[in-house]
Amino acid sequence: MNDNILIMDHVSYKYSPDTAYEVKALDDVSLTIKKGEFIGIIGHTGSGKSTLVQHLNGLMRATEGHIYFNGQDIYDKDYDIRSLRTQVGMVFQYPEHQLFETTVFKDVQFGPKNQGLDEKEQIKRAYEALTLVKLPDEFYLASPFELSGGQKRRAAIAGVIAMKPSVLILDEPTAGLDPRGRDEILGLISDMHEKRGDTVILVSHSMEDVANYVDRIIVMDNGRPAYDGAPKDVFSHYKELEKMGLAAPQVTYVMNDLKAQGFDVDTSATTVEEAKEEILKMLGR
Amino acid sequence: MLREITLGQYYPANSVLHSLDPRVKLFGTLVYIITLFSFDNVPLFAMILIALIGVIKLSKVPFSFMVKGLRSIIMLLVIAGLFNMFLTPGITLVELGPLKITDVGLINAIKMTSRMVMLIIGTSVMTLTTTPNQLTAGLEKSLGFLSKFGAAINVDFHVHDIAMIMSIALRFIPVLIEETDKIMKAQMARGADFETGGLVKKATNMVPLLVPLFVSAFRRATDLAYAMEARCYNGGEGRTKMRPLTYTSLDQRAYICLFMYIILFYAVKAVL
Ligand SMILES: Nc1ncnc2c1ncn2[C@@H]1O[C@H](COP(=O)(O)OP(=O)(O)OP(=O)(O)O)[C@@H](O)[C@H]1O
Ligand SMILES: [Mg+2]
Repeated sequence: MNDNILIMDHVSYKYSPDTAYEVKALDDVSLTIKKGEFIGIIGHTGSGKSTLVQHLNGLMRATEGHIYFNGQDIYDKDYDIRSLRTQVGMVFQYPEHQLFETTVFKDVQFGPKNQGLDEKEQIKRAYEALTLVKLPDEFYLASPFELSGGQKRRAAIAGVIAMKPSVLILDEPTAGLDPRGRDEILGLISDMHEKRGDTVILVSHSMEDVANYVDRIIVMDNGRPAYDGAPKDVFSHYKELEKMGLAAPQVTYVMNDLKAQGFDVDTSATTVEEAKEEILKMLGR
Repeated sequence: MLREITLGQYYPANSVLHSLDPRVKLFGTLVYIITLFSFDNVPLFAMILIALIGVIKLSKVPFSFMVKGLRSIIMLLVIAGLFNMFLTPGITLVELGPLKITDVGLINAIKMTSRMVMLIIGTSVMTLTTTPNQLTAGLEKSLGFLSKFGAAINVDFHVHDIAMIMSIALRFIPVLIEETDKIMKAQMARGADFETGGLVKKATNMVPLLVPLFVSAFRRATDLAYAMEARCYNGGEGRTKMRPLTYTSLDQRAYICLFMYIILFYAVKAVL
């Protein structure tokens, strides 16, 4: 019981309720998230992924239902919602738009400063975070507006991990990056997950990204979780996923085609690496 | 919270008012405002009120939407009302220590507050039933005579440019509101506090919100300028409309109603 870090209990959310603009963005969602899990959330545009994750750190308040963090109801009157926000760190879509300080270092310090840590600790945290995101140190004292897109992204991510959250949520951290920048950011996230054992929730459009890194996938469709499980279980429903406007990773299609052609392969491979091994095994090498 | 700003926000519905030509609505609003500030007795006031209620009913927009615009100025209304009530000389009705309520003051206060309230509700009816694009198109066309007049006396009134600037500004209100919301959330996720503290603290706490907001507004302005340039935009000259404004029989009937209203109003005013 104790290792359930976050629980969503029948959560619903409506934008602009009771008006002509009403949108039901979350529809009776119940989920449990365990400590140390690396979760990927996928779903087509407008399926409610961003809305879902913003509930987890109390930035949005559910119109119905309850959310528990470490067993405590975050909607309790005396619950300290600001401290929740520093424990459940959230990196938004295009996080570089939140940079504002005169130097990168000061910007990363902003979170720890708001946590009320002393100056020394703030600097230590900022330094650690910037090292972790592998931003070269010649940029520490540069203005955040002088960095390139990818560097800004790193600085912004550092700004969140400097608070040492126990759950880290990233909403499409790779949107708008080139393939190399994307792999670097994802590698970094997965490194952090391994080193620090944090719970990580990654929202993404890309099946490949998700399949390569996470150990559990939640598929959102019209404000509800449609599938929830290990990548290979979820991608075995690739036909249904297509109906939702999604697709499985390329290798899932390759393996299924091979099988259809009469080759005796296991179709559950989700990464190129697994597929390679499976094919080599089939060829008897 | 930020989404509750209704001024300049369109409410989609299928009503007579929504399908009227924007020029009719602009003219109607003008007439309404003039009569609102020239009534001087109760029957005329009742007439305006009935007209307003009728138009609200016709618009099919929930009444709660129109009152939302009032919320932001409620303090102003209360203060102005109180000043009027206590500080106007006249025959004293009630005495509260050093303060006295006079008959003229009381009447002034009621008149002023109801004028302000009805002004805001009335203009909200127009903006709620007209898209910003229609509104500026209507304005541009209605003020078209200015450019002709300007050409005659060799002055450029920039009617098209002003209409263009207005429509862009209106178009960007919701975008900037959304952006503010997003940045606010992002900073709150880093522990920023926008609610508590004194005035100075609150103001300094706004820096993490305002800096990114300005940066993004400038970025958007540049992007838009390039996009317009790339599509060969070069001002109003020779520019045609995809949907030129044309009057329908509905608009004619609306104009007739408006003129009847004006005649009736001034007839009653002259008689009483
Ligand atoms: N501020 C808002 N006001 C009204 N409706 C909104 C707002 N934000 C999102 N929505 C609606 O809520 C639904 C879910 O939106 P959400 O942003 O959670 O989707 P998403 O899965 O994150 O999409 P994307 O992949 O494009 O980021 C959509 O239908 C969207 O139109
Ligand atoms: Mg999103």
